[in-house]
Amino acid sequence: MTKAKAKELLKTQKYGSYWERNRASGGYLFKKDVMNFFVKVCRFVLLFGMCFLILQPILNKISVSFMEESDLYNPIVVSIPTKFTAENYIMAANIMQYGKGLKNSTIISLTIAILQTAMCTIVGYGFARFKFPLKKMWFAFVLALIIIPPQAFSSSLYLHFRYWDFLGIVRAIKGEGLNLRGSVLPYYLMSAGCMGLKNGLYIYLVRQFFRNIPVDLEEAAYVDGCGMFKTFTRIMLPQSKPIITSCFLFALVWQWTDGFYSKLFLGGKVLVSTSLANVVDALGVYVARQQGAVNEQVSVSTQLSNCILSTGTLLIIMPILLVYLFAQKAFVESIASTGIKM
Amino acid sequence: MKKQKNKLAGLQKRKAIAGYLFILPFILGFLLFMVKPMLDSLQMSFSLVTLSPGSVAKQWIGIENYRVAFRVDPDYSQNLVNELSRMILYSIGIIVFSFFVALILNQDFKGRGLVRAIFFLPVILSSGVMLGLEENNYLMAMISQTVETTTQNISVTGALQTILRTAGVGTRAYEWVFEIIDNIYDIAVASGIQIIIFLSGLQTIPKSMYEAADIEGCTSWESLWKITFPMISSIFLVNWIYTVVDFCMRSDNDVMDKIQTVMVVMLDYGPASAMSWAYFLIVTAFIGITSFFISKGVYYND
Repeated sequence: MTKAKAKELLKTQKYGSYWERNRASGGYLFKKDVMNFFVKVCRFVLLFGMCFLILQPILNKISVSFMEESDLYNPIVVSIPTKFTAENYIMAANIMQYGKGLKNSTIISLTIAILQTAMCTIVGYGFARFKFPLKKMWFAFVLALIIIPPQAFSSSLYLHFRYWDFLGIVRAIKGEGLNLRGSVLPYYLMSAGCMGLKNGLYIYLVRQFFRNIPVDLEEAAYVDGCGMFKTFTRIMLPQSKPIITSCFLFALVWQWTDGFYSKLFLGGKVLVSTSLANVVDALGVYVARQQGAVNEQVSVSTQLSNCILSTGTLLIIMPILLVYLFAQKAFVESIASTGIKM
Repeated sequence: MKKQKNKLAGLQKRKAIAGYLFILPFILGFLLFMVKPMLDSLQMSFSLVTLSPGSVAKQWIGIENYRVAFRVDPDYSQNLVNELSRMILYSIGIIVFSFFVALILNQDFKGRGLVRAIFFLPVILSSGVMLGLEENNYLMAMISQTVETTTQNISVTGALQTILRTAGVGTRAYEWVFEIIDNIYDIAVASGIQIIIFLSGLQTIPKSMYEAADIEGCTSWESLWKITFPMISSIFLVNWIYTVVDFCMRSDNDVMDKIQTVMVVMLDYGPASAMSWAYFLIVTAFIGITSFFISKGVYYND
């Protein structure tokens, strides 16, 4: 007998059956139970509807990606294909150079994410735990970094890296600025300087997290003769695992899907995100080559190109979904644990 | 006494130096990579930019570019007004929606973790390159259109809309509400982080408050307004700012699109820079003003 059942039985022995108790309470008990049930049903319907709303585009894409070409033109076929085929996946993977892109994207996203997380953690800790002159000004710059979109000055950024120079030093030595475009280096440098994608946000989150740790802990460490840096590595870092994990995951995922910085700095490399952006154009070339016409422009129907686009999107989000499945808690809970306040 | 004070000052000095060492990466990065492009684009917004291979010539022309952006360009000011009004509407919608969802998700029921995971999914999936693709996917649009035509007769909002229209009161307000409801998908997709922030706020409210209110005979509706609302009012401010910033900085935003077109396709660097600076200033001013008014209503419990 379960505990709840035992409790129920005890109640029945003490106060009589459910209906008797209901009568004794003046109908309140029954009314309450009905209300609770009603609320439960409403909640279920609402949540189910909203979850479906969010998942529907993905479900749609999955159903489209398994359709044969004839199904795409068939107005009767809406979501369940008549013939299942994996052809689209092979085609999309070929067009996007998926294997190569996957490898490149994984390496770049991982290294960039590690670099950005490390740097943002250090900087966020500095902002959270130390008092120094002009702190407010520097923090205002961090906030500005969050608010100003990089697209707003992408042209100057482009020119800046085409003729990269600092205070005219390089120009004085070489006579011309360094061309940092087309290599991976500038983006790594930018990440090391916390100027990558959404790094202002990570700094803000880390700072918020460290501000909540009691000062006593740090002071105790100082009193015991622990230096500033040692306190950071030995006392603070082990506690900040959740926020570091979440920053890392966000950096990883957003870098994976990012098109802007990838196009600006890593244009030469095959990445999954940039190849997805070009998949429709590449499809025309691919189909033409398959038909043996090299120089002619073969028009591809919108249905097919959209089908390939959906398949490509699925191919891209599959690795992220896997990461999300395993690290779902880390994504969600760490934001909750920082206790963001104004 | 004096010696002790000196020692303290020494520690403070050491801490200040350590602090600077910690934020050094940021300072370096900012000075090396951000200051110059930003100043460059600010300068460009005030000058006539002529591109020639290998060099960029800038000639000071005052506020001419801003005049072009606002008075000459046919779309910019129109886009700006549209986008700002849409932003206000959507931000309010997102805040209300995410607060509502957070309230539901704060209750205890089976499968809460799953639902939470699903609501957070769009934060990860509709980012970067995926954002623009969703919009112009013809096939997806076709499928939803088919669904719409087959279910047209049972469209609740449509029916309501016709009923309320004929009533003829406050048509404008209704239309706003209906626009939000019709675009509930966009709102649900954009409110993942806000929901989590609200949830974390809700969980910090001590249970004893609700218990006390319950004993005093407060209904849960009353305690929502008297306890929950004031206790998480600061979270509203955070979410408001986050939502507005997020909305303005999306790359599929009309104004951003316009700026990109002018810059990349038409190669008009001057006006494009002017447009982006004007946009940025307007958004910042908007955030400043609204958060000033919201922060007046924020209640701090300490």
